Amino acid sequence: MSEAHEATLVAEQFDDQGQQYQAASLGMWIFLSTEVLFFGGLIASYTIYRYLYLPGFEIGSRHLSVFWGATNTAVLICSSLTMALAVRAAQLRKRKQIIGLLFVTLIFGLVFLFIKFGMEWRHEYMDGLAPALNFTYSGLHARHVELFMIFYFILTGLHALHMIIGVGVLTGLIILASRDAFKTNCNAVEIAGLYWHFVDIVWIFLFPLLYLIGGRYHL
Amino acid sequence: MGIASSATLQPPAEDIRVHYLNAKYGIKSWLLTTDHKRIAWLYFLSTTFFFIVGGLAATVMRLNLITPQGAIVEPETYNKMFTIHGTVMIFFFLAPAVPTVLGNFLIPMMIGARDVAFPKLNLLSWYIFITAGAFLLYSVIAGGVDTGWTFYTPLSTSYLNTHVISAAMAVFISGFSSILTGLNFIVTIHKMRAPGLTWFRLPLFIWSMYAASIIFVLAMPVIAITMVLLILERLFHVGIFDPALGGDPILFQHLFWFFGHPEVYILILPSMGVISELVAAFSRRRVFGYGFVAFSSFGIAIVSFVVWGHHMFLSGESLYAGIFFSAMSMAVAIPSAVKVFNWTATLYKGSVSFEAPMLYALGFIGLFTIGGLTGVFLATLALDQTLHDTYFVVAHFHYVMVGGAIMGYMGGLHYWWPKMTGKMYPDYWARLAALIIFLGFNLTFGPQFILGFLGMPRRYAMYPPNFQFLNIMSSAGASILAVGYLMPIIYFIWSLKYGKDAGPNPWKAKGLEWETASPPPTHNFEVTPIVTEEAYAYGSHAEPVKATAS
Amino acid sequence: MTEQASHVESKKLYVSIWIILLFFTALTTGVAFIDLGSLNTVVALAIAICKAGIVVLFFMHARHSEKLVRVVIGVAIFWLLILIVISTTDFATRNLLPTPPWLQNQTIVVHHLTPGP
Repeated sequence: MSEAHEATLVAEQFDDQGQQYQAASLGMWIFLSTEVLFFGGLIASYTIYRYLYLPGFEIGSRHLSVFWGATNTAVLICSSLTMALAVRAAQLRKRKQIIGLLFVTLIFGLVFLFIKFGMEWRHEYMDGLAPALNFTYSGLHARHVELFMIFYFILTGLHALHMIIGVGVLTGLIILASRDAFKTNCNAVEIAGLYWHFVDIVWIFLFPLLYLIGGRYHL
Repeated sequence: MGIASSATLQPPAEDIRVHYLNAKYGIKSWLLTTDHKRIAWLYFLSTTFFFIVGGLAATVMRLNLITPQGAIVEPETYNKMFTIHGTVMIFFFLAPAVPTVLGNFLIPMMIGARDVAFPKLNLLSWYIFITAGAFLLYSVIAGGVDTGWTFYTPLSTSYLNTHVISAAMAVFISGFSSILTGLNFIVTIHKMRAPGLTWFRLPLFIWSMYAASIIFVLAMPVIAITMVLLILERLFHVGIFDPALGGDPILFQHLFWFFGHPEVYILILPSMGVISELVAAFSRRRVFGYGFVAFSSFGIAIVSFVVWGHHMFLSGESLYAGIFFSAMSMAVAIPSAVKVFNWTATLYKGSVSFEAPMLYALGFIGLFTIGGLTGVFLATLALDQTLHDTYFVVAHFHYVMVGGAIMGYMGGLHYWWPKMTGKMYPDYWARLAALIIFLGFNLTFGPQFILGFLGMPRRYAMYPPNFQFLNIMSSAGASILAVGYLMPIIYFIWSLKYGKDAGPNPWKAKGLEWETASPPPTHNFEVTPIVTEEAYAYGSHAEPVKATAS
Repeated sequence: MTEQASHVESKKLYVSIWIILLFFTALTTGVAFIDLGSLNTVVALAIAICKAGIVVLFFMHARHSEKLVRVVIGVAIFWLLILIVISTTDFATRNLLPTPPWLQNQTIVVHHLTPGP
């Protein structure tokens, strides 16, 4: 009986659970390295333009809200904590904790998105800083400020897209957890955790790169 | 035989054996398969389709270039033809061909596994590929795209009215298909080798595929983000690469070629892996310098990432960058040369025979050498001044891509066809086709080196009249090449019905894939093999291969 | 037979890491308001790298992962650096040499992108 039970846990191409776990983990890490290069192209472009047009980029940066940016950073760090605890709960097979912690992580994710879209993007649009849609800034280095804002929206937009996908994944995991799908094999939660932490790391870099580079001491 | 009702007809005993082709019937069993061997066939059919599309575009191009004023199409249409030819051939034929057809079929078999690490992801890769193909076909049918496969800005973002966005989407989506395939292969090779199969007992095809998969995983994401930026710039008229808004077109080129150069090594490395297999099998010897050949795959993969600026010597990059990239481009020739020397040393005093796969392998070695060496010409800053954007470049990359990569693919198809189908094709016709391809190829692209030196620019629908003779020679060669490519389609299909049964090992070659039936059972091996010997353990006095199957 | 699944960390460790990350966030935000000249950038990036490293090592269990995973992480970072460093170096070295005479008086438009201060 336990053998048949074991047999369904391990996909037929694998020999045992250990091999399956290592393959899943390695696969996710390789996927994350593709994401590093994906965001990396944007970061490289941003770095080059910042190098070339520092004054304009500093002006652009100072139009962003450090308060909301820092708050969002804290929100994501909290979500990483709850995600790590959820993975731990999955490893210990504690179903109710898994659901609860995943749910809190999801809420943090939604809070992040709400702040990003509802507080920041909306205000930047209304302040006339949205390239192609509503860009009215005409002060010093206007063209470079616009270039900064283009990168701001693309970088944070792409990051937000990854968050939305993460929220979707979390929803799926919560549903699966409520059906006790992780009673014996919690690989899915662990590798989803890797993805979620990665999205947090991207923001850990985006926050200083977009909001703080050049300093906030000029006013 | 008497007439019997279908309920009582008994098929002959040999046909009862169940293998991956007859295990399940019906369109769903193919479109929803997770068997890596069936997925390889799905890719085989779709990539062959795209090869024909790309080939038709090339046909229009070579027909047009028969006269200096352009014989059959307007320049705008010609521009669309070379764009479609390049985009289709690179992203939808060459990049998938060896990895997804031969790689998918063989990697699990060569390492003694039942399937790849993530079979469902493997199927998803194919569907993503098909989706990308749909975007590409839409671009073609809706009116074409004429940016060149390189999509340089600001032409592609600000000055053209053609279907750039859908073509860029096609490239973007196809990148994900490749990323997932590469990821799958890396995990498979690391985690699913049979007991006893240490790294240095692996076939060299696996080493090459592994190195190519690393490039897939690291380079493809960059083209993905580049296409995203291109599409956003075109959609919203924002100035990421547009000089008017402070953007820099050279940035686009940096991003594009950071992907684009490793991409061409994606195109060649798997074929090089095939050549290692063919040279070993048809000289009945272990590949000389196995370790060197294995590590050279990594050398190529790694160094390929620091040479991209050699596409931009004349675009305005700094002279220091140019010097760096030129030096690195010379360096990347070294691991490739290592392979060529080791293959040659394998042939020396081997028991060489000249079946069709071996003809392709020998053709590869010669043509790739020419193509590779002409790459060193182009890497030389002073020479590139004159040769950049001429037919010399066109000839160079066709020697490595067609004379190299495609010949490797053809050789691999001919070598493993008996394994994949259980049938032999007629060797006489196969060898004839190989020779026709070789002759047609050289007649097509040899003159182009001369045209390049004489100054004929690439991507032009017209040319000065004094270039006409060489252009006619090139177009004549192309028609011969086309015949050579049509022949395998005919005899491969013929072999499915009328070919002799191949048996498990018609070439009497070494390798785990030859130790199971042809066609293999769905799970590849009845019992997981245990490996105790080195790769290519032919022994010192192996007999040459007898071509006909017993 | 491959080893069993992953190592289970303690709740206390996770919470400590969380506090450290929040502290670093406050630190980097605060330092931005102090004029350190070009050091602002260096400090901000250094703190970000520390935070990322902590997340990778502890939350993502890289500490207890097999060597291959750590190689994958290293390769990803190194390759990202190749892209950023070499491209930026092109732009940074554009105007180091004066324009040679044979390149002057060209009718092509050359965009002189001057580097920032």
